[in-house]
Amino acid sequence: MRPAFPFTAIVGQAEIKRALTIAAVDPSVGGVLAFGDRGTGKSTAVRALAALLPEIEVVAGCPYNSQLGEGADLCAACAAPEPETAQVPTPVVDLPLGATEDRVIGALDIERALTQGEKAFEPGLLASAHRGFLYIDEVNLLEDHLVDLLLDVAASGENVVEREGLSIRHPARFVIVGSGNPEEGELRPQLLDRFGLSVEVTTPTTVADRIEVVRRRDAFERDPAAFQARWAEAEADLRAGILAARAALDVTAVPDAFLETAAGLCVALGTDGLRGELTVMRAARAAAALDGRPEATEADLRSVAPMALGHRMRRDPLDETGSAARLERAISEVLG
Amino acid sequence: MTEAHAGGPQPWADAGLAAALFAIDPHGLGGVALRARHGPVREVWLAGLRAALPPDAPLRRLPPATEDARLLGGLDLVATLDRGRPVASRGLMAECDGGTLVLTMAERTGEGLAARLAAALDTGAVRSERDGLSQTSTARFGLVALDEGAEAEERPPEALLDRLAFRLDLDAVSRGEAVPLPYRCEDVLRARDALAAHAPPDEALEALTKTAAMLGIVSLRAPLLALRATAALSALLGPGITAGEATEIAARLVFAPRATRLPSAEPEADPDPPAEPPVPEHDAETQGEPTNAPLADRVLEAAEAAIPAGLLERLAAAGQRRRGEHGRAGAERDAFDRGRPLPSRPGPLNAGRRVDVVATLRAAAPWQALRQAHGGAASRAVRLRASDLRLRRYRRHSASATVFAVDASGSTAAARLAEAKGAVELLLAEAYVRRDLVALVAFRGTTAEVLLPPTGAPALARRRLAALPGGGGTPLALGLEAAAGLATKLSARGTDTQIVLLTDGRANIDRAGQPGRTAASDDALASARACRARGHGALVIDTGARPRPEAAALAEAMGARYLALPRADAGVISAAAVAARTQ
Repeated sequence: MRPAFPFTAIVGQAEIKRALTIAAVDPSVGGVLAFGDRGTGKSTAVRALAALLPEIEVVAGCPYNSQLGEGADLCAACAAPEPETAQVPTPVVDLPLGATEDRVIGALDIERALTQGEKAFEPGLLASAHRGFLYIDEVNLLEDHLVDLLLDVAASGENVVEREGLSIRHPARFVIVGSGNPEEGELRPQLLDRFGLSVEVTTPTTVADRIEVVRRRDAFERDPAAFQARWAEAEADLRAGILAARAALDVTAVPDAFLETAAGLCVALGTDGLRGELTVMRAARAAAALDGRPEATEADLRSVAPMALGHRMRRDPLDETGSAARLERAISEVLG
Repeated sequence: MTEAHAGGPQPWADAGLAAALFAIDPHGLGGVALRARHGPVREVWLAGLRAALPPDAPLRRLPPATEDARLLGGLDLVATLDRGRPVASRGLMAECDGGTLVLTMAERTGEGLAARLAAALDTGAVRSERDGLSQTSTARFGLVALDEGAEAEERPPEALLDRLAFRLDLDAVSRGEAVPLPYRCEDVLRARDALAAHAPPDEALEALTKTAAMLGIVSLRAPLLALRATAALSALLGPGITAGEATEIAARLVFAPRATRLPSAEPEADPDPPAEPPVPEHDAETQGEPTNAPLADRVLEAAEAAIPAGLLERLAAAGQRRRGEHGRAGAERDAFDRGRPLPSRPGPLNAGRRVDVVATLRAAAPWQALRQAHGGAASRAVRLRASDLRLRRYRRHSASATVFAVDASGSTAAARLAEAKGAVELLLAEAYVRRDLVALVAFRGTTAEVLLPPTGAPALARRRLAALPGGGGTPLALGLEAAAGLATKLSARGTDTQIVLLTDGRANIDRAGQPGRTAASDDALASARACRARGHGALVIDTGARPRPEAAALAEAMGARYLALPRADAGVISAAAVAARTQ
């Protein structure tokens, strides 16, 4: 695999960068969906995220990325009397198209079964993604039953495997990130609103920006190491910012007035259920924490509402206005 | 610059140059989409390409129906049984690392295959998570897509084309013109060595990016590919060509087939026009501006000169081509998704059943120790019994499609075209939930038009519908025929198809396009009966200001459910559509 293009070197694309950083600060916002045209760098942004995420502490050798004491009965490493721990990068697991279900949820370890006659569970990608991110490029091309399964696990935080005489249950808490091109078939709406944040990615339009995109890409491809070195400082700054924001999350206030306005906005938009309000609240808090402010403000609400609510609005077949315009209208009505 | 590279479009010379450039940097340039019928011209080109490629580099053919197991790799059954432990097979893309993958019948490539190839082209690697095995292999290959499409809309998926530097059309090249290609393997190997030393200057990068923008090429992959083509050209033609000339040729090769518009009539001859918004933070980088403006102009001219005549006509068709692509993509889902897999079951291996290798091995695994102990000769590594066999099962999701035929005539427009659109949108939202295909036919004036061929992206239908103007006569018969034609095609592909007709039923243009209420009504009823005879489920929504007998009669002739829009609230319409489908 070639090295990843630095996140901070991505020209423009403020929305997707913001959404991903917010999810990195507070994974409970519940996933990011990025839809957009070809060649807009959706997957570049997601793959670049990995470099920004801080290391996590795991039990050394545990295939489930368990924290100490979390999965005592699951694997030999955790079951040891005094398990050792190790610092590893936050997992960002890429789910390739064509993956079979046994590799996604885990299955009988066929090697051990064949060579040693043992019935052992081989964890799948869901276990590898625990405490990290699971990325699906072309999410609209993934088979429906796999998408359903992933979203179920992402929502419940637990993977339950009942197959081949195995009965396993292991924690699988991850942020699901999907990207795709709407022209190649849309995502079913009931999947759409199970992603916390949704952003639309477009190609930069100004010639200056376009030249800069090509210039940086070209420089990166010619010498990835030198390019990464040039952006190392910016990357380190953003990583530190994410860490600081995580630490500040607990003390970042969300005033009652904010919650009232957010609820008003959700009502005006006709978003169903509480998930919209919760996501707006969490995203705004993370945004405030990222900016180092003590509380979430109306400006935060304004900036996160499109990504947190845009895909949850009830569709009105008799309203010709696009969702972006309706959102704008509702925001200006509620926030003045 | 040699003569062969100067001047206007010279398809064969350019095709030869593209073959050489591709051979120099297969993975960097992504590949070549070669549109040509099977025949001697294509064979000469392919032979020329093979002669230019290093003989030891892998070259594999990939048919569009290739299964994931072969494409991505997985468990190698023979080796696994032989050795008694899981052995991975590498997959076609990984085997092609450093070489060339030839995609045959590329116009029939489904979205699934296109996306898998695209991922490998982007990352230079293949990740396979299959059959209990996890593999990552480098796969830095170049792709030659052999496109034998006959119709304009039969072409490889855009996701693939976007990643291939060159698009050649050899259908216009005669057999006599197709002389053997000029570049040999020695030239290519020399150029490969020189490639690193021929990085194009920054002004080439700016000129190419600007040119692409002026030609309406949105994807930023195009200028990047042109930049790499520039480097390969400089490396190939060495000192015989300046960096500026290489840039011009690259622009011609890469941009001309992608252009979606001609640049504005007044070129910015002024050296310092505020054409681009001033971007202060780029000051340092844009200082080279005055010197590269001429290069940008020359590059643009070169690309323009190669743009075929009738560009605008082609552009009008471009939208259709894209639409065609969606339709075809929807219909070709079969190659990769055979429905939702169900757990494998034991059973006899009859013809047509497929063995689930992994499940079979898993079933056999626990017994191995026992069977080894009791089974005489130890020649077999894995002992399989018939009872171990596990067979694949799928639940096929029967695809369904809805063809909307919308009456946009003056009478409907006056009454309630907006509401009819609303009703269609409601049904689209449902189609979207079920991932149905939708198609859209509109009729007004004297013609019926397929606004949207069958697509899996209802948002497109929504957009087209929103832009649909109203007014003119009501060619109901033509509209029905167009809808029935689409529905019949869909049914032939095994799709359950229903027609939803929105009209006030007052036909006044007959099948021949002539006005006349009586003839028009008779023709409409005849078309409706023909529609019924073909067995399509149908729903007629009366969009008249108040329900009229014409629409009801039409529904009866079609064997359709009838619904008057005034009483049809959202729930009623969708319930009726569901009922029509399940009839």
